[in-house]
Formats: sequence, C-alpha cells, structure tokens
Amino acid sequence: MLEIKNLHASVEEKDILKGINLEVKPGEVHAIMGPNGSGKSTLASVIAGKEEFEVEKGSISLNGEDLEELAPEERAHKGIFLSFQYPVEIPGVSVTNFMKTAINESRKARGLDDMPANQMLKLIREKSEMLEIDRKFLSRSLNEGFSGGEKKRNEIFQMAMMEPKLAILDETDSGLDIDALRIVANGVNKLRSKDNAIIVITHYQRLLEYIVPDFVHVLHDGKIVKSGTKELALELEDKGYDWIKQETVV
Amino acid sequence: MAYTEEELKKELETKEYEYGFYTDIESDTFPKGLSEDIVIAISQKKQEPEWMTEWRLEAFRVWKEMEEPEWANVNYDKPNFQDISYYSAPNKKPKYNSLDEVDPELLDTFKRLGISLDEQKKLAGVAVDIVMDSVSVATTFKKTLAEKGIIFCSISEAIQEHPELVKKYIGTVVPRKDNFYAALNSAVFSDGSFCYIPKGVRCPMELSTYFRINQAGTGQFERTLVIADEGSYVSYLEGCTAPSRDENQLHAAVVELIALDDAEIKYSTVQNWFPGDKDGKGGVFNFVTKRGLCETNAKISWTQVETGSAVTWKYPSCVLKGDNSIGEFYSIAVTNNFQQADTGTKMIHLGKNTKSTIISKGISAGQSQNSYRGLVQVNSRAENARNFSQCDSLLMGNKCGAHTFPYIEAKNKTAQIEHEATTSKIGEDQIFYCNQRGIDTEKAIALIVNGFSKEVLNKLPMEFAVEAQKLLEISLEGSVG
Ligand SMILES: Nc1ncnc2c1ncn2[C@@H]1O[C@H](COP(=O)(O)OP(=O)(O)OP(=O)(O)O)[C@@H](O)[C@H]1O
Ligand SMILES: [Mg+2]
Repeated sequence: MLEIKNLHASVEEKDILKGINLEVKPGEVHAIMGPNGSGKSTLASVIAGKEEFEVEKGSISLNGEDLEELAPEERAHKGIFLSFQYPVEIPGVSVTNFMKTAINESRKARGLDDMPANQMLKLIREKSEMLEIDRKFLSRSLNEGFSGGEKKRNEIFQMAMMEPKLAILDETDSGLDIDALRIVANGVNKLRSKDNAIIVITHYQRLLEYIVPDFVHVLHDGKIVKSGTKELALELEDKGYDWIKQETVV
Repeated sequence: MAYTEEELKKELETKEYEYGFYTDIESDTFPKGLSEDIVIAISQKKQEPEWMTEWRLEAFRVWKEMEEPEWANVNYDKPNFQDISYYSAPNKKPKYNSLDEVDPELLDTFKRLGISLDEQKKLAGVAVDIVMDSVSVATTFKKTLAEKGIIFCSISEAIQEHPELVKKYIGTVVPRKDNFYAALNSAVFSDGSFCYIPKGVRCPMELSTYFRINQAGTGQFERTLVIADEGSYVSYLEGCTAPSRDENQLHAAVVELIALDDAEIKYSTVQNWFPGDKDGKGGVFNFVTKRGLCETNAKISWTQVETGSAVTWKYPSCVLKGDNSIGEFYSIAVTNNFQQADTGTKMIHLGKNTKSTIISKGISAGQSQNSYRGLVQVNSRAENARNFSQCDSLLMGNKCGAHTFPYIEAKNKTAQIEHEATTSKIGEDQIFYCNQRGIDTEKAIALIVNGFSKEVLNKLPMEFAVEAQKLLEISLEGSVG
C-alpha cells in the first residue's frame, strides 16, 4: 500500500527527515514512536503532501503510484487521511458543512455525484453514534472552542466519515480521557480491514493496547532507528528512549 | 436559514463574472455635460411638475459650490463631470403589460443576468422593478401590492402619481446639500424606486430592484425613497450587476428610508458592479449616500454584501430620532485585485433608549484596500443609548490592506458603547487542513470566507443569501497563490 524509500525532507533549509524507509501493507497497523521533535509529525505531513516541506531525496508511493506530483487534496482523494496532532479551527464552518464539502469534493474527484442528503444524514448519524458524539456538537464551528479531547474525537469522526484507505493518526490519544480513548480506539478498529492500513503515532503504550499494532518503529533524529513488534512498545514504556539513542550512536 | 445546505451547494457551482456584456439597445441620450439647461431638460423629459424642477435646480446650485470630498481612504482619477451624459433612456419607452411586448434584446439581457421575469414571478414572490439605464421598463406584482395599499413604482411615476408623498419626504433624510454626490444626484437623478407601505401593513413579499448600468459613459443617478408608515413592515432588496467596460463609470445613488413610529424597514443589498480587471482597469465608481430615519420604536436594518466596483464609498446610516428606536448595520465588503472600498456606517443616537448594532466583515485579497469607517454619535439628550460594534477583517496574502476607523462621539454619559475589532489571515494551516480532507484551495477559501461572513449572510433574505455566497466565491476567484 504505502512504500517510503530513503525519504529526506527539510523545512526552511533545515533537514528533518534523514532517510526514512517504511513499507506498510494492506491490513497492517504500524505504530511510530519516538522522542519529541524526532520528526513524526513531519513524516505525516510529508505523506499528506504539505508543501511547506521540501522532499530532497527519496520517494513515497501509494499502491505503486508515486505521490510526488500530487497535491494534498489529490492524495486525500486517493484515500490518505491524516488525523492532525493540532487540528485547526475554521470559524463559522460547521462540522457538518465541512464534512459534506469534504465528502462531495472527494466524490467529485472520483466522478461521482454529490451524496444524496438522506444518505449523508444517515452516515452522519451512524458515525456520530459510533463515536458517541452529541449531534448538537456537529453544528458547531469546526474545532472552535473544542476541548483538546473533543478535537481528537472529531478527527476520528471525520476519519470514519471519509473511510480512508490509509489513515495516519498523529497523537490522537493525547488529550483523550480514559473512556474517550476506548471509544476512539473502537472507532479506529472498525476501520481495520484487510484492504486498509493505519499508521498510529503515539507516545504511549496504552493506546496500543486498544489498537494493537503489527509493527512498532522508533523514529529518532529523522530516521527509523529500530523496528519491532508490539513488545517493543512495552520495552520503550519501561526503559525510555536513551538506550536506543545510545545504540544508534554506537 | 430556510434553504438546505444541499441546495446551497448546487447554487455554488459557479462560473466567472458572467455579467460582463453590453446590450445594444438604441438609446435616447443627452449630450455630455452639466448645466442648468441640462437639469431643466431632464426634468422636462420626465414631465415633472414645476416644484420638482425647482428642487433640482436648487440642488444644482448647491452642488456647483461644493468640492469633491477627499477624505476617504481611496485614490482614483476624479471623474470629469462635464464628460458624462446625464440622461439615457431605452428608446422604446412605453410600459409593457406583458413580456411579449418587451424588446426581445432586452429580454435576452435579463436572461443572461439570470433574472428572467417569468422565473422571478414564481420565485418566492418577488416583485421586480427593473431599473435599466435609468428608466423602469417593467413592474410586476403591482396589483397584489395595490390591494394592500402598497405603492411600489419608479420614482418618476411617484412624482406624477403621488406628488404629496414625494414632496413631503424627498430630501428630508438626505438633504440636497448633504454632500457633493448627494447634491449631484438631487439635481440630475434620472430614476429609481419609490415605495410606500401604509399604516399597519406588513408587506407580504420582498420588494426588489435590480440596478444596472448599461450605457457607455452614462453615469447613473438613482434615487430611492422608501416610506414605512406607522406600524408597517417592509423588506427591500437591491441587487446589481454591470457590464464590464474599459472606462470608469460613475454611480452616485441616494437612498432615503423613513420608518415612522413602530415601523420596520429591512434593506438588503448585494452589490456586484464590475470591479475592474486584474490590472485595475475599468470598473465602476460607486459613491452612494444611504440613510434611514427612525421615529419612535422604529427599526431600520441595513444589510449589504459589497463585492463589486473599482472604488466604493458608502456609509448606510441610521438617524435614531425617536425614543427606543433601533438601527442595525450588517456588512460584508470584499475587495480583490486593485479594488478600493471605504465603507461603514453612521449611527446617530438622538432619542432615548436607542440601540444600534454594527457588524462589519471586511475581506481583502490581491492588492486591494478595504477600510471600515464607522461613526457612533450619541447626542446629549439620548439617555441610555447603546451601541455594539464588531469589525472583523480577513486578509488573503501580504499585499492587501485592511483598515478600521471607528469614531465615537458620546455627549451623554449614560451611553454604553462597545467596540470590538479583529484582524485575521487565512492561514496556510487552515488551507492544508481543508486540502487534506480533499477540498482544493479555491474551495477551501470560499468555505473559510463564507464561515467568516456567516453572521452577516444569515441576516440576508434566503434568495439573496445564496446569491451572495456565489458572489463571494466569484469575487475571490484567482486570489490564491
Ligand atoms: N515549519 C517548521 N519550521 C521549522 N522547523 C520545523 C517546522 N516544522 C517542524 N520543525 C522542526 O522539525 C522537528 C521535527 O518536528 P515534528 O513536529 O515532526 O516532531 P514530532 O516528532 O512530531 O514531535 P512531537 O512528539 O513533539 O509531536 C522539530 O525540531 C521541529 O521544531
Ligand atoms: Mg508531532
């Protein structure tokens, strides 16, 4: 599904990603962990096509297609979804209106007509119930005045609405209370299928108890310095990152 | 709002500035220039009574002594007032009883404007009095209105048929000597609309007028007079589009609203005149005086969406004369490319317990300049006057400007005046967020701008809200990158 080869990326002349190799196959869940500032969010943004970042070397392909020339919205139309670490506010635009626009734009790109209103309503009802989101919430301005946890839950609501092929969740767990974490993880697990893939960026093992990963990678200073299975996450929880950093130096 | 977002989306699938064409209808046009003779000729042409001719002449004399204002935050080449023709009427002047009698070319023009009369009739019960090059050529729904005693006609017709009303009210809210453009308008106004709602009557439909400028080099001087008698209500819509052309066109309208005791007037405008091309060439000069007078317990709301014109200079105002009267101003002003807008409002509190609300949303893109200028004046006698003003500016790119000039003059210490102002930029992060959800940048901007303007869009009557959203989108096309 996703293949990243020797990816180097920079922002404002500063190198951030320094040779990332990663392959994600359909049906897999990969967790990416790593210290603050190691480049996790940057990697997510580069996959999603944020133009601020300059790809210096290497390639990203989705189902065999090189993404380099594709605008962010085109990548989205191909099924890439990013749950943002810091979702932005869009005053005056309701969650519903935003989702309606997003879904219909994606449909348009695929040559489909707008989703009929009744179908849209049904979808909204279904997904908001699954994530235990109050309907009143959906008429509020997007992310404006949302609590940290509400923002994250809303990201997953959007993910559920858009049914992406590849979902990247950037610290979706931070800010969620224990109950919300379970609800959100449950929503993510519903998306899991043999055709979809998920990349989970997190600092905490706890999320991975709910969304069990097939692989765990450690990102440090713009490189994946260690990969393993879910046990690696436990080890990190226990020992921190220092031992890995030292290993890398050696 | 009453329309579904689904319908709205359909409406939003647009297109370029589509009204840039010119209809070739033979016109009866005066020679260029302005003098007492021209003023008299205009008056005669319209078979006006002598008092009206005198009224115009007096205005002309006042105007001759006046200087063009300099203080607005705009720059432009001043129009040469002797190089303008002050009267132009479609050649075939008789009023038509049915559409079949109307010049087919004119009908075609209407179709291209998207205001086919047939459709309009069905649509939401809107009576349209179309002012085409200074003379009304079609009036619909007149009968229904007449049954309620509502008068809705061209101002020329009102001068003939209802001279007592015109004579009593014209120039009472905007006196001839009020300002340079108002004086000019008073001398040469060619046509416009007149509306009278009798005591206690609620006008059953939105009254609407479409203004257009269609004759090369012809300034348009509309005059609108709306009188809501005691306890009555009317919602009035004014919208306009103009053919694009290379030469600047002058528009200097005067709108006077009179809300007598307990009456309410809602006046909504969508203004879409040719703003000039990407290099700032062409475009309409729009210098408008709009003012309303509120008697006791009366209410006037101005709602406007300004997207057009090369230069706009416009301050719809309320004189809150009666106790407990209310004035409201809701505005969205969009400027792009080289457009310049200096708009705002004046709220003059004279009566006790008067209240005013100002919500202004300015959106600037390209190299445009967008200024808000608002005056809140509280007279010494106006106990417990209240005002709330909120001015928000949204900037797109680094080359445009937004300016806010709030003036507050409070002569009564019980006055409560609140002013809030914000300036924001459409952030790259906001756009990327939308992009990531599959929404391209153009659409993302439309979405963000509509969100920003929502409080004002919500104040517009339904059909206008749709049109306004469309306009916002069209006006900002190509402003990205
Ligand atoms: N726009 C930018 N301009 C300059 N530096 C940037 C920019 N974006 C990211 N960086 C830098 O790149 C590095 C990686 O940032 P990134 O956000 O990817 O880290 P992260 O691994 O997601 O960290 P965290 O765990 O704190 O979320 C940091 O040093 C950050 O300061
Ligand atoms: Mg991060």
